[in-house]
Amino acid sequence: MADAKRQVHLAAHFPGVNNTTLWADPLHRSQIDFSAFEHFGRTAERGRFDYVFLAEGLRLREHKGQLHELDVVGRPNTLAVLTALAAVTEHIGLVGTLNATFNEPYELARQLSTLDHLSGGRAGWNVVTSSDAFHGANFRRGGFLDHGDRYHRANEFVSLAKELWDSWTADAIVADRATGRFLAEDAADAGAFAHRGAQFDVRGRFATPASPQRYPVIVQAGDSADGRDFASEHAEVIFSRHSAFDEARTFYADVKGRLAGWGRTEDSLKILPAVTFAIGDTQAEAEEVAREVSLAQVTRRNAITVLEQLWGTDLTSYDADGPLPAFDPGEGPADTVSGKITKGWAPRFPNAVQIAQAWRAQSEAEGLSIRELVIKVAGRQSFIGTPSHVASELDRYVQERATDGFVVVGTTSPHGLDAFVDRVVPELQERGVYRTEYEPGATLRQNLELPEPGARVAAVRDAEEEVRRVG
Amino acid sequence: MTRRPTIAVALDGAGWHPAAWRDPSARPAELFTARYWRDLAQFAERADVDLVTFEDALGLQSSTLWSTDERTDQVRGRLDALLIASFVAPVTQRIGLVPTVTTTHTEPFHVATGLQTLDIASRGRAGWRAQISGSPHEAAHFGRRTVPNVDIEALLAGDSEQIRAGLDEAREVVEVVRRLWDSWEADAIIRDASTGRFIDRERIHGAEYEGEHFSIAGASIVPRSPQGQPLVAVLGHQTIPYELAATSADLVFITPLDEAQSVSILGEVRDAEVRTGRTGRPLSVLAEVVVVLESTPAAARAALERLDEQNGSPLTSDALIFTGTPEQLLERIDAWTALGYDGVRIRPARLPRDLEQLADWVLPALGRSDAAGTTLRERLGFELPENRYTAAAAAAGAARQNGEAA
Ligand SMILES: Cc1cc2nc3c(=O)[nH]c(=O)nc-3n(C[C@H](O)[C@H](O)[C@H](O)COP(=O)(O)O)c2cc1C
Repeated sequence: MADAKRQVHLAAHFPGVNNTTLWADPLHRSQIDFSAFEHFGRTAERGRFDYVFLAEGLRLREHKGQLHELDVVGRPNTLAVLTALAAVTEHIGLVGTLNATFNEPYELARQLSTLDHLSGGRAGWNVVTSSDAFHGANFRRGGFLDHGDRYHRANEFVSLAKELWDSWTADAIVADRATGRFLAEDAADAGAFAHRGAQFDVRGRFATPASPQRYPVIVQAGDSADGRDFASEHAEVIFSRHSAFDEARTFYADVKGRLAGWGRTEDSLKILPAVTFAIGDTQAEAEEVAREVSLAQVTRRNAITVLEQLWGTDLTSYDADGPLPAFDPGEGPADTVSGKITKGWAPRFPNAVQIAQAWRAQSEAEGLSIRELVIKVAGRQSFIGTPSHVASELDRYVQERATDGFVVVGTTSPHGLDAFVDRVVPELQERGVYRTEYEPGATLRQNLELPEPGARVAAVRDAEEEVRRVG
Repeated sequence: MTRRPTIAVALDGAGWHPAAWRDPSARPAELFTARYWRDLAQFAERADVDLVTFEDALGLQSSTLWSTDERTDQVRGRLDALLIASFVAPVTQRIGLVPTVTTTHTEPFHVATGLQTLDIASRGRAGWRAQISGSPHEAAHFGRRTVPNVDIEALLAGDSEQIRAGLDEAREVVEVVRRLWDSWEADAIIRDASTGRFIDRERIHGAEYEGEHFSIAGASIVPRSPQGQPLVAVLGHQTIPYELAATSADLVFITPLDEAQSVSILGEVRDAEVRTGRTGRPLSVLAEVVVVLESTPAAARAALERLDEQNGSPLTSDALIFTGTPEQLLERIDAWTALGYDGVRIRPARLPRDLEQLADWVLPALGRSDAAGTTLRERLGFELPENRYTAAAAAAGAARQNGEAA
């Protein structure tokens, strides 16, 4: 079908621990109570989303040596809450961010397999690698991993997890009462594995039989060249931070271009950037909503905090409604190095001096106060307009191959998705680019229109078979 | 009024007999499905069971202790117990949910946050059976260290010294987990819009632990859960495990095989409490019992024989194997209660058959649980624990006031 439209895929990010979650909003309830997850999951399911998504943070963030008190703080354990969510939803995928550094493959593989079993094939795993001594101090293992080794471990971790998931065949369990055979005859060593690599030297029997999807859908969120390589080898979804159209299209082309090198097709990887939205009955109303949200997200104190993260020093004496510091990071009252003053955030500013100079230039050129500048550079209002305008923009991104869909991030928990589902989703459905019903019994991988895992392995096997037969 | 004895039911696969999956009541092809676990937990709840436990291990089941086998005639494979409990949490209302989570290879941080989340999702019905992993083959799944081979003969003869290191480590893990559970005071989330502060950081405390086996720093990422401290249970057969229970647990599961042991082991547990200087509420003691229940003693014995035959050998267990009628089981429970036991943890030999028998005959005879509230603590008559940091702050405040008054 030449005129078949590309379908939009949607995921819903649970609003959590960030200044972007508006805890002072009257609609905000809790990011902890299970009822919040239940409402959120059911809303996403009502909107026929592919999955709900949880971020991860393994230690409470600190700023200037103290717990950061201005943002939402505290979140439940990812695997436990997703598994509970599996019980009160039916179709929606359940994707958790889980660190490859502070987990062990055997344990995490069986937990993910359990989630996949109990959800009937709806599990996904966003593999992150962030590791530093600050997080490491919370764990037995400590902060043992060098930055450069993170992806080595992650790579071997995922490969090993796949070995574990493959260690049971789908038909290993026969459970035949009459013959007294629980395991198939050729499955006496079900779960047997032995792996020796630079990171892991493990052997034994994996305790969890093959789950409906066998592997959870592998999601990846790293952005560096290493991260992109890792993604093109392993990931089935990339959670990307490139949501501006041109940037998104460049990223899309770059990553999809790497797939062939791994023997993969373009549609074996979906790219979904994180996006926000502000909707109104008119464009002007939507812009007013967006402005109010920005001001609530970037309070005066939060604006100063962002600046302090970049400058690496205390700036409490600055007025958020005034100009930026005239000195460069590393030069002012205390020359702390950027990245040290805050702990627990992903480092966002690789080159502090350069960025500070650019920010100062921009604020001078456009006459922006600290707070206005921070809203401009760090604010995240991706799509602003009427529901029909937002839907047509989402559609355009997908038809023009800037993305395969989006991870929608709302601003309150758990109601942040309600308006999107009620107003934007029907518009997408009307355009014929979004499902109106789930396929009954579909797995997350099927909903994402991804190839079955092992298809690649099977293809290689078939090809070898072919060679043998012909040769 | 005496409390009704606590009735815990231990869920594991198709039941505790290795041939249980061949029972006509069994659903062996569904052992890894959501429906199976939801049905069992909801059934137990309707029957007014106080709590269910979920067994777990970091390796495959085996007919031999601490090594794997290649049998194909028994259930092999299981799901993660903490996650099964999390799954049934939102679809049950009153029953306690107590998964086994091992202390040997897991990160205490993940254990703590996982159980807190179970407590939140179940609105205060979480417990934890803390268990060590003593087997070399499980250690090989992690590859980080080896564990010495345990001399089983010697262990059974009473030499529990060999497992002291594992239990000492478990004690540290429980301590760290409890610190993490306390790390947020109950009212740490203030959402004070006027000052822009979401939390009162003075009411969040790092676990800061430096022990023999590991150290950790920082607070939990999860705010205080409804019970604050989910109940901690330990299964013990020996002196050193009793001491672990006495220092670290709220509940202890023990395995008296006859009348004499019912008295002596209970005495040993109480001795361990004195020896370790336990303060506060004494351990709640539950007797373990594997049950095959039928309407006549002969039918129960026959049912066990049939299973034994299918398995090719008689059932062996660390706990008493009880075959008989529901009335006889009630007598057994009464006898334990009279000795000072708080209840029993019943291991159904066949699932759901023996659970159904319990529901139809045993639990109705015991009457409904007289718990007023909905949390597991309330159900078992445990107070809400005080947060150590809140208590310390209150004590400091009182001392200051006294100082001023003096
Ligand atoms: C959109 C996005 C979301 C992320 N979410 C998380 C998260 O929730 N938890 C986390 O530890 N790291 C998170 N990360 C960090 C990445 O997993 C990764 O560790 C980090 O980007 C550094 O890798 P890189 O150098 O390849 O970019 C996220 C990254 C991106 C781009």
